[in-house]
Amino acid sequence: MTAEHLDGNALAGPLGEIFAVDVTSATGRCASCGLTGPVASLRVYGPDPGLVARCPGCEEVVLRLVRAPGTAWLDLRGTVSLRMNVPD
Amino acid sequence: MRRLVWRPAELVESVAETAVARTLRFRVPGWPGHLAGQHVDVRLTADDGYTAQRSYSIAAPADGDLVELTVETVPDGEVSPYLNEVMQVGDQVEIRGPVGGWFVWRTESKAPVLLVGGGSGIVPLMAMIRARRLAGSRVPFRLIYSLRDPERRYYAEELRRPDPGLDLTYLYTRSAPDGLSRPAGRIMLDDLAEGGWPASFEPDCYVCGPTAFVESAADLLLALGHAPERIRTERFGPTGG
Amino acid sequence: MGIISRGFQGKRRDAGDRLPPGQYLVEDFPVLSAGPTPRIPPDRWEFTIDTEAEQTHRWSWEEFMALPSETPTVDIHCVTKWTKLDTTWEGVSLDVLFEDVETAAEYALVHSYGGYTTNLPLEDLLDGKAWIAHRFDGEELEPRHGGPARLIVPHLYFWKSAKWVRGIRLLNEDWPGFWETAGYNNYGDPWREQRYEGD
Repeated sequence: MTAEHLDGNALAGPLGEIFAVDVTSATGRCASCGLTGPVASLRVYGPDPGLVARCPGCEEVVLRLVRAPGTAWLDLRGTVSLRMNVPD
Repeated sequence: MRRLVWRPAELVESVAETAVARTLRFRVPGWPGHLAGQHVDVRLTADDGYTAQRSYSIAAPADGDLVELTVETVPDGEVSPYLNEVMQVGDQVEIRGPVGGWFVWRTESKAPVLLVGGGSGIVPLMAMIRARRLAGSRVPFRLIYSLRDPERRYYAEELRRPDPGLDLTYLYTRSAPDGLSRPAGRIMLDDLAEGGWPASFEPDCYVCGPTAFVESAADLLLALGHAPERIRTERFGPTGG
Repeated sequence: MGIISRGFQGKRRDAGDRLPPGQYLVEDFPVLSAGPTPRIPPDRWEFTIDTEAEQTHRWSWEEFMALPSETPTVDIHCVTKWTKLDTTWEGVSLDVLFEDVETAAEYALVHSYGGYTTNLPLEDLLDGKAWIAHRFDGEELEPRHGGPARLIVPHLYFWKSAKWVRGIRLLNEDWPGFWETAGYNNYGDPWREQRYEGD
């Protein structure tokens, strides 16, 4: 068995630089197969040259994050939606 | 909430946990506190600006500005050999965190808990065990701790002390101590059936360890009837070191 | 710069003038991946060149292995700042593969088993600048390093040297690939340190 990937928990630090809520406990929906589940359960490859999160159901890319000095690129085209708890 | 920043962290204590793992305690001024199960990112910077970064689980509940990690030295690694072998009390790294809101146990939670740890995957589970004790929680915990051999045990003395409401099962994958009826081997259905909770108790299950361990343990829990939404997993990947 | 960790060196050696700006030397061969490692048996492998006129040139593994090969020794530079000197590959020059290809296209989009893509100007693939390699360091190319075959374009950052290469599509317009659409530089010249978009 190969162990090439991490899971979505590994996104918590890098996404925590960008968002004020914890995105890893949000529920995401895969644009390719429709599977819904916590961001923490995604299969994450990287961190270099960028973080690539894939759907555990269909292996398609649902999120990409590239970090350069002073800039971050976040690509969510593989994600239909993110549902998260926010404080009132 | 807030966005994350890198904070200077000074090593204040370093204690051998096993022959290849150390528990490191850092003082991080301004540390906002954390939940049991969260992790941090650690960044090292050389004098010419070269940097290397890794994630480590926090081993103990929040204690002011102190952050405790247990780090296993990865042979030929880049960050862990520095932390465990080169770094001395008073030296500094940078720490960003706490991060991760998914693989956490909250002291106000009422469901029974099953912790399944493989190797150094015990670290965030130990933070949960310590948080439970510290909070005086009555929630029953069971820990199934799979490791290569008895010499690899983390927190051996502390886990030997009685902790009412915490049941412990050790599984050895390579060599078991004499007198143990279970032969050495990888985690199986019976291990989780005997050392865990029946699915009808609806326990919260936390599984942490290397990717292959986590996937087989999570599959076995599903086979025992545990609901997928009650199984939380965290994988230690190949990019360690 | 952040706080300096006293005595931290990392796994690197000292620099020389063969190092592009900002790079460090490594002895090992780091593996970076954006997805699971594809396993392609040779009897299922093929390599194609599709022209802008929708003509397809196709090679089976057997046909590909029958082509004349070269053994270039080159330095490789990864955008994550490691450089490895004197790596020896065996493979087929793109000049050989393009011999019978008729095209006026200026751009190439390289695509791989597993879905990875990367783009570069066609001229960067020709005139002895690029190979489809199937051996590394005298051994069959391992799957984790891109086997059975990968592109080698050593004068650009190594993400352009697509692992598990499956084909090249020739285009009249530039079509940014996997990393080029996520913040990385469209061209990626290590000597001009073109790491990110806008560099």
